[in-house]
Amino acid sequence: MSENIKIEIKNFSFFYHKKQVIYDLNLKIRKNEITSIFGPANGGVTTLLRSLNRLCELTHDIRTEGDILIDGESIFNPDLSVTDLRRKVGMVFEIPAPLPISIYDNVAYGPKLSKKKSRSQIADVVEQALKQAALWDEVKERLKAPAISLSGGQQQRLCIARVLALQPEVIMLDRACSGLDPISTAKIEESLINLKEEFTIIIAPHNVQQAIRISDWAAFMLMGHLIEAGTNTEVFSSPKDQRTNDYVTGRFG
Amino acid sequence: MRLNARKKEYIAKAMIWGAAMSVMIVLVAIILYILIRGLPVLSFSFLTQNPYNMGRSGGIASTIVGTIYITVVALLIAVPFGIGTAFYLAEYTRDSIITRIIRFSAESLAGIPSIIYGLFGYIFFVIYLGMGWSILAGGLTLAFMILPTIIRTSEEAIRAVPQIYRESSFSLGATKWQTIIKTVFPSAIQGIVNGVILSVGRCIAETAAVIFTAGSVLSMPTSIFDSTRTMAVHFFILASEGVSMQNAFGTAALLIILIFIINVGVNSLVNRFISKNQKR
Repeated sequence: MSENIKIEIKNFSFFYHKKQVIYDLNLKIRKNEITSIFGPANGGVTTLLRSLNRLCELTHDIRTEGDILIDGESIFNPDLSVTDLRRKVGMVFEIPAPLPISIYDNVAYGPKLSKKKSRSQIADVVEQALKQAALWDEVKERLKAPAISLSGGQQQRLCIARVLALQPEVIMLDRACSGLDPISTAKIEESLINLKEEFTIIIAPHNVQQAIRISDWAAFMLMGHLIEAGTNTEVFSSPKDQRTNDYVTGRFG
Repeated sequence: MRLNARKKEYIAKAMIWGAAMSVMIVLVAIILYILIRGLPVLSFSFLTQNPYNMGRSGGIASTIVGTIYITVVALLIAVPFGIGTAFYLAEYTRDSIITRIIRFSAESLAGIPSIIYGLFGYIFFVIYLGMGWSILAGGLTLAFMILPTIIRTSEEAIRAVPQIYRESSFSLGATKWQTIIKTVFPSAIQGIVNGVILSVGRCIAETAAVIFTAGSVLSMPTSIFDSTRTMAVHFFILASEGVSMQNAFGTAALLIILIFIINVGVNSLVNRFISKNQKR
């Protein structure tokens, strides 16, 4: 069983200025499964995701305690390159945020940075990533068009493709479907279910229904505390904690 | 007299409209006056001949070359330093006592009258560093003068780049430098170019700072160590010493046309080549 643990979060606390936003959190995230971390806004979910790829360090005045291990290795190890970590742990944001360049260049952005690949290799990576994100058929005719000309749902799938092109091990989606229509959301969820064979997926769902639909494992966070974690059935069908029960049955949140 | 709300609305609208119109009328009147008096003077030979007889006859070729020389020297110095400072302020520091001092210095520099720059340039570059009246001394002085504009407009343009672009770039494994070069700079280029155009306009139009530092020699400059007379200085001398009002207006008309062309031309170039992906 322990071989299946991809990420282990140990006694993790997060402070922004002097305010604590995550309290002593312990969580294991399993390989090749979809883990939902859900809860009301300002509950620390986004901060937790941004800690996993150390993107939170762009903000000043932050401090962490505890440890996060990926494949048994601490991400806070000073010898570890933070850019390598971010390639390993890709992130899709809440707002579709393609860079103001062409569709092709958005997906090629990551692979081009490392300068390890030739042009034709990058073209292959781009094509494969767009296919995995179920966007290839819609954009193959206009790869040079500005990314911003795509619809919202397409832009978000482009952002997923952009992460896939990094050939990451973990993909995090932070409320990535919150601004999208149901059809676009369904397309993204479908591709995620296909992708979990290859990747470890962590998702902050934008509502409980989405969490129920797609997650294998789920963790409920409230006010910076992890309330409950377990399999889909455990958390959504027979929650142990009253607060989880109230939230998933829609009594608050 | 009491007015009802509707009448007040009309009066307010009329006053605001009137204010806007009078600004436009003044601008159009000035441009028309200069063009009407200056355009008939402009001819191929006026643009290509050197001035004779202190500018009473002949063209203004050497002053055009001098203006370009001085503007290019000023830009070569001020643009890299200005953009560098702007990136330092916007990307590499948090608000601190040091950034506040840098910003305050830049803003103070912007408030100094140009003739003071001229005096400083004369004492420091021309006399102390022994450059003499030269394009180099004039260009350096102008560089100091336009630096604050470039810093401020560039910094504003850099800060206006959405934070999500930076986060996207970092999350894709880019370093800070890669993020700046590949994402922030291309997104900010339009604002930066606008600041540079504004500065070009100031360089071309400046008289006081230039007359002190580059002199007013009328012959064609051959190197940056030669003294020169820019178009604006030429106009000033022709008009104030009553040498030739006709040639003065010709020079002024060319100045206005040049600034117009630079504004429109560079903007459309930037629009076409750099930011095509930023528009829907």
